[in-house]
Parts: sequence; C-alpha cells; structure tokens
Amino acid sequence: MTIELKLNGTTHHVDAEPGTPLLWVIRDDLKMTGTKFGCGVAACGACTVHVDGEPVRSCQTYIEDVEGSEITTIEGLSSDAAKAVQTAWAELDVVQCGYCQSGQIMSAVGLLTENKSPSVAEIDDYMNGNACRCATYQRIRAAIQRASELMEA
Amino acid sequence: MTLNTTRRSFLASAAAAGGMLAIGVTPTGALAKAGGNALNPFVTVSSDGTVTAILKHFEKGQGTATGLSTLIAEEMNMGLDAIEFEFAPSNPDVYNNLAFGPFQGTGGSTAIANSYMQYRMAGAAAREMLITAAAQRWNADPADLTLLDGVISGAGKEGMIGEFVAEAATLDVPSEPTLKDPSAFRVIGDASVHRKDQDAKINGTAVYAMDIQLENQMVVVIKRSPRMGGTVASFDAAGAQSVKGFIQALALPNGAGVAIYADKTWAAFQAREAVEVEWDFSAAESRSSEDIKRELFAALDDTSEFDASSEAELSDTLAAIEGAEKVVEETFYFPLLAHAPMEPLGATIEPLADGSVVIHDGAQFPTNDHSVLSSILELPMEKVKVNTILAGGSFGRRATPTADYQVEIALAFAMTDRTRPVKLVWSREDDITAGYYRPAFAHKVRVGLDSDGKIVGWDHRIAGQSIFKGTFFESVIVRDGIDHSSVEGAADTPYAIPGMHFGLTDNKPATTLLWWRSVGHSHTAYVMESMMDIAAKAAGKDAVAFRLEYLAGDTPDQQRKAAVLELAAEKAGWGKAADGRSQGVAVHKSFGSFVAEVAEISRDEDGAIKIEKITAAVDCGLAINPDVIKAQIEGGIGYGIGHAMRNEITLTEGAADQVNFPDYEPLRIHDIAAIETHIIPSAEAPTGIGEPGTPPAGPVLANAIAVDGPRITSLPMINEGVEFV
Ligand code: FES
Ligand code: FES
Repeated sequence: MTIELKLNGTTHHVDAEPGTPLLWVIRDDLKMTGTKFGCGVAACGACTVHVDGEPVRSCQTYIEDVEGSEITTIEGLSSDAAKAVQTAWAELDVVQCGYCQSGQIMSAVGLLTENKSPSVAEIDDYMNGNACRCATYQRIRAAIQRASELMEA
Repeated sequence: MTLNTTRRSFLASAAAAGGMLAIGVTPTGALAKAGGNALNPFVTVSSDGTVTAILKHFEKGQGTATGLSTLIAEEMNMGLDAIEFEFAPSNPDVYNNLAFGPFQGTGGSTAIANSYMQYRMAGAAAREMLITAAAQRWNADPADLTLLDGVISGAGKEGMIGEFVAEAATLDVPSEPTLKDPSAFRVIGDASVHRKDQDAKINGTAVYAMDIQLENQMVVVIKRSPRMGGTVASFDAAGAQSVKGFIQALALPNGAGVAIYADKTWAAFQAREAVEVEWDFSAAESRSSEDIKRELFAALDDTSEFDASSEAELSDTLAAIEGAEKVVEETFYFPLLAHAPMEPLGATIEPLADGSVVIHDGAQFPTNDHSVLSSILELPMEKVKVNTILAGGSFGRRATPTADYQVEIALAFAMTDRTRPVKLVWSREDDITAGYYRPAFAHKVRVGLDSDGKIVGWDHRIAGQSIFKGTFFESVIVRDGIDHSSVEGAADTPYAIPGMHFGLTDNKPATTLLWWRSVGHSHTAYVMESMMDIAAKAAGKDAVAFRLEYLAGDTPDQQRKAAVLELAAEKAGWGKAADGRSQGVAVHKSFGSFVAEVAEISRDEDGAIKIEKITAAVDCGLAINPDVIKAQIEGGIGYGIGHAMRNEITLTEGAADQVNFPDYEPLRIHDIAAIETHIIPSAEAPTGIGEPGTPPAGPVLANAIAVDGPRITSLPMINEGVEFV
C-alpha cells in the first residue's frame, strides 16, 4: 500500500506493507541511514526518532500508525535543544564507535525539550533505554548537563 | 557514493605526475615515496596543501583515526584539525601490523604501539622533503627554514607547502629523517584536541557497513545452524514466496546455512522467518554449558595437561603450601560471552564494470577480506578491493581468523549472476546466537601464607578452551601445546610471589570461539585480583599495602604497576570511604599497559548495589591523545563491569539460549554513577589502551562487594544472588 509520510518537513509517498517498521522505511526506502538498527525489539534505542516531537523506537513503530504524523530523524534536527545537544556532544568528545549516538542524541533532545534542566537521576532514568556498547554513558550524562547549560545561556 | 578506490587511482596518477608528495614504507620497512606502483602511503601532501593521513588500522571507536592523524600532525607541525584522514586499501605488504607479521589487521591494542614510529617517520620525511624543496628554490640553507601550520618560512621568504609539492616529490626520501624532540610536541599529549571522527557521528552522516545503499542492491540474510557443526539437510522456501520483495533462497555451498535474498532488509527478515530448514545435526555439538562447566571443574581436580610455569616445580609449590600456616582456596567459573558490538555484522560486495569487486566492510582484518574474496570468487588479488569503512564497535568480534561473515557474503554473492551488489545483514539475534564467543574458563587456586602473612606458595590451575589453536596465529601464540592466551595475565604476572605454579588443561570447544576485549586477561585478572584480596584478608593486611609488598622489586613492570596502584588509591581516597560505602581495588598489566582501579559502592535498603564511582589510574607509556585514553578506560571499565554483572551465553544441546538484548542485557547509563581516570606521565613508548581498562573492572567490583558481602567466584554476579539497583 502507498503511505504518505511527513519526514523532516518533506512529504514522501512510499510503497510499504502494513506492519513494516518505520525504521526500515526510513533506511531502505528513503535511504536515510542516520537512524540505526541495533536490536529490532525496542531494547537498545539506536533507532530512536521523534514522532510529533516524542522520541519513539522506530523498529517497533508500524508504518501505518504514523501516517500523518510529523517524523524527525537525526538528519532533520534543528531545534535549539538539538543544537545545544550536538554542540555539547562535540565539546565533550562523547562518541566512540558512534553507532548508538544518533539514537542517544534523539533521546537527549527529547529529554531537554520536555525538561530543560534535568537532574542526574532524571537523565539516567530517561536515557536508560539507549544502550551504548562502547559505554560512553558518563560523557552522555555530562553532555546533557552541558547542553542544558547552553540552552540557558 | 564515492569510493575510496576512485580516489586511490587518482592518488597514484597524481603522485606519478608530481602533483602529490606521498610517503610510506617499503615491504622491508624503509621509508619511500609512493608512486604509481604497489606502494601505498602513510601520508600524502597534495599541491593544494592538503595533508592526509592514510590509516592502516580501522576505526571501531577506539580512536585510531585521531591517534594516527596526531602523529602526522605532530611531525608536520600542523594542527590536528588541518589533517584529513582516510582508510588504507588492503595491502598487507605495506600496511602489515608489525605485531602480526605479514598481515594487515587491528587487534591486541596494537594500533598506536606498532604505528607510532612509522607514522612519525613518514611525517618527518615529508616535512624534510618540503623544506629541502623550498631551500633549493630559494637558494637558502634548509636549516634556516621552518614548516609551521602549512607554511614554510625563513631566509626572508614564505610559501605554502602545496607550492613545493612537485619539487619535493622529485627528491630522495631521507632514510632517517629527524624526529621532533618530545619537548617540542604540540599535538601529542594535548588533552584539548577533539576526535577526528566525531562530526559525522553526531549529525548522522557517518556511514557504517550497515548503511551501504547501492543502486539495485540485494539484501541477503542467512539462516544458520543453531549448533556448531550442523548442516542443511533440506529446506523449504514456499512460505517466503508471499513475502513482497523476496527474491530467492539458496543453500550455502559449505552447508552452514541458507541464504535468503530480498530487495530490502525487512523483506529479507520476513522471508527468513518463513523459510523452513531441516538440519543435519549428526556431526553437531550437543553439549550444554552445564556439561562444559562440569568438564572444566573435573579438569581442575585432575593433573593438568600442560605445565605453564617456566620456573617453579609443582612439587615445590605443593610442599610450600603443605607447610603453610594458613591456606586459602577458591574455584572460579567464567561463562561464554558474546561481544555484541552495537552495529550488527555485515558487509556489501559491489561488482564493478571491469569484472573486479569491492567489499565495503568495517574491516578489522582487511587481508582476510582480500584473500577470502579472491579465493571464493576465483578472482586474482588485484581484482579485489577492500573499502574499509567505519565499524560500529568490535571488541574483537570483527577480527575472526575464519573471516566468518566475509565468507558468508562471498558465498552469497558467488551464487548470484554477479551483476547486482549484495549486502549481507546480520540481525542482533544472529549476533548473539552465531558463536565466536569468549571461551568458558575455570580456575582453581590454593594460596599458602606463613605466620607473617606472606605468600609461600600459589598453586593455580586453569581449564578452558583454546582460542588460538587451529587458527593461523597458532604458531605465534601456542608454545609446547600451551595457548599463551589461556594463561596470560596469570602465569606472567609482575607480582614477585614465591612458589607460584600454573597448570593448564584444554577443553574441547562446543562453539566457535574468539578473543573478546582483553582476551585471556578477561578471566585471569579476575582470578589474580580476587585471590590477592582473599590472601590479604587472610593475612590481616590492607588490600593495597598487601599488593605493594609484591611490587617492591626494581623491575620496570613492578614499579609501573605499583605506581598506578598508589595513584588510584590516592585519588580515590583509599580507606576513606563514606559511611555506608565499601571500596575495592584491583590492578593489572595487559597489552603493555598498567591499570589500577578503585571501586566505591553503596547498598540501598534492600541490599541492592549501586556503583558510585570507579577511580582509575593508567600508565600506557607516552599519552598521545589523553582524552582518547580516558574514553577508552571509561569504555573498557563499562564493558568489563557490565558483563561481570549480568551477562552469559548458556547452551542447551549446543545451541545458545540467549537471543537478543533483553536476555543479554547491556550495561545501562544508571549502572555506574561516575568514572574518573588519571594518566601517569611517561616518556616510554606508547602501549595498548583499547583493552587494558577491562581486566581490572570485574574484580574491582567483586572486591568491593566482598568487603561487606559475598565473595563472588562465578560469573555473572546476578546468578550468585547479587542485586544491582
Ligand atoms: S533497533 Fe530499535 S530499539 Fe534497538
Ligand atoms: S558509541 Fe559505540 S555503541 Fe555507543
């Protein structure tokens, strides 16, 4: 079936079977590969995108459920929170292999959009679903705190 | 996408035409200019002044791109930001890893250690040649000229390096260019430089093997035997016909599985679900992990198969323990572990118009890619190109001597008409269940102490599964039947402990096995550092002071190990834990580097443990990129602790019971509240950093828990009743 997808401000028409995860439509149909595949079962967060501003796991989001929604991927980030997060990530050299980082950044932006100055406990709680096998966690935590500072400045 | 290969041939012709200065080494190790021949460079300078570091080691997050670029930047007197980098093509003659022999690969934390002089020499040679070219043009004395930030100046003149490239390229390469004096280093040791590879990883443009999207490509997934040694008896793909995008299903010629082709990834996964395979398990492994555990424990109680001690006799050790005042004894067990790099494995083979192929791979062993493709596709070596791209983690997994996934993609491509690119995709389930695990190991140690609490005998038996036997590295690592990786970190400990004896017994592997971040140290450090703690307690001595007694000698290893231990203890406030908190300590040498860690933990009202802080001290020789070193220690600790806390692969009748992250739960952000790393200043040659943070991480947590809780001798800890918040 043909589905109308609003992604990063552009409307796309894609031919996909119902039940196809949004992740694979983004990656294989729209060929935007910043959104990563890590587990396919909503256990790692590598595939995190925003649907109407809320972080969701695109590997467990069916394409027919997001018709008409505004979808944002790492390639389409532009908010102040996003800029602060990406700046802080670079300042603190967060990344290692980098494979989880699109998802980490999408979640961090989601957190700071709803809570501009999260506590450490709130950061740990919110980011708990985003796995990083390189264990860059303490820099992620510090970078979110730094981004929060940048947003206030 | 633009292929490196295109740029490569441009590079060769540009160099030949004098528009490029390119310096590398010959197969015998001499510095030389790269031209249109087989020689590939370590550094190039183009006529527009661009300086590019060509990386012979891949980037899996460990910071090689930053480290090798730093060496070039330093010798060419440029800022790190001004250096471009790209990955080398496969050419084992030139890019061999000096630690591996004639083989190009990354592993054993050797990237910086084996490249340190090569890249500096190449950068220094390029600097000297550019200066000489300017001196000739200006009729000046080269000694009066300097090269700084891309500009050559002196003798009243000034010019950009690009202007001198053509002339420099005609000069002889100095055989021993003058290296910069360490006191003049500007980039090496600068903690404020940023990673070279981070921008693309922050904005989503970084391309990994999983991200390759070529025109008209097919996706292939493999349905593999769930048990080692199983083969395809027959299969039925009828159910897959209704999956939109399904192309075909074919048995791999080696019998290891069925290749399922589709036009997209999701269709391939769906089709795989629908393909039914009848397996022939007649030659397959049928033991469970419980069987293996029993065999390992039985081996510990039997006479060891190999004597892994170079000095002490077992009879002397036994006699010393017999006469000891006090004897402590423990038996340890370490399960199979998966590596689970964040990016599941995969690679793409692309056919080119001239009949050659390119493999796009986060290649850890490019030589393997090269020869596997050449032999399976029956193509001469020069018709195979390896495009090494970023890898989403490895921890050892991408470095398989058998080239497991490269063989799969080559076989899958070979069965097509070779007109379309074929992309192999692994799912997380493939990754967790397909073997290549850290082997299971068991240790039994008896330590005898005299009335002063001094160790008089140490009887250490190890039973486990050899990683290196049967691989092409066997001749390097296995001596007199002993796989050194099974006893490293124990039998070669820097502790000056009298009466030590080590025995080793090999167990038949039940799965494919592989080195896992820190290899043998992943279990030996746990045992050594747990036993030192147990012995200290039995001796009634402080855990740090007790260890220092055995590091009081004057060998560099003992002194460096003592120094990191003292620094970690000092920085952590050893002995001054806050109320309700406990501290543990561990120190270990691996890959030439020394790491000490102090863990501080707390318990909530239900007794669940929270890791409040890990303080680490590291001596890895000269610190090239201090911030990358800290990041590797942080990551190494997280990797070690997370697996010690809660990971294992168990087998039921030879098949893995765990399938994905929900039952192979990764370390999460809340698990460790803080890590603080201190680096010992050093002028020694740089040593490994990707792995040495991992070995002390398990035992440091165990030692902290044991202060007010159980002594954990079998991993993972959650199986032993330990709860974490
Ligand atoms: S790929 Fe979606 S959560 Fe892991
Ligand atoms: S940076 Fe490698 S998994 Fe997070």
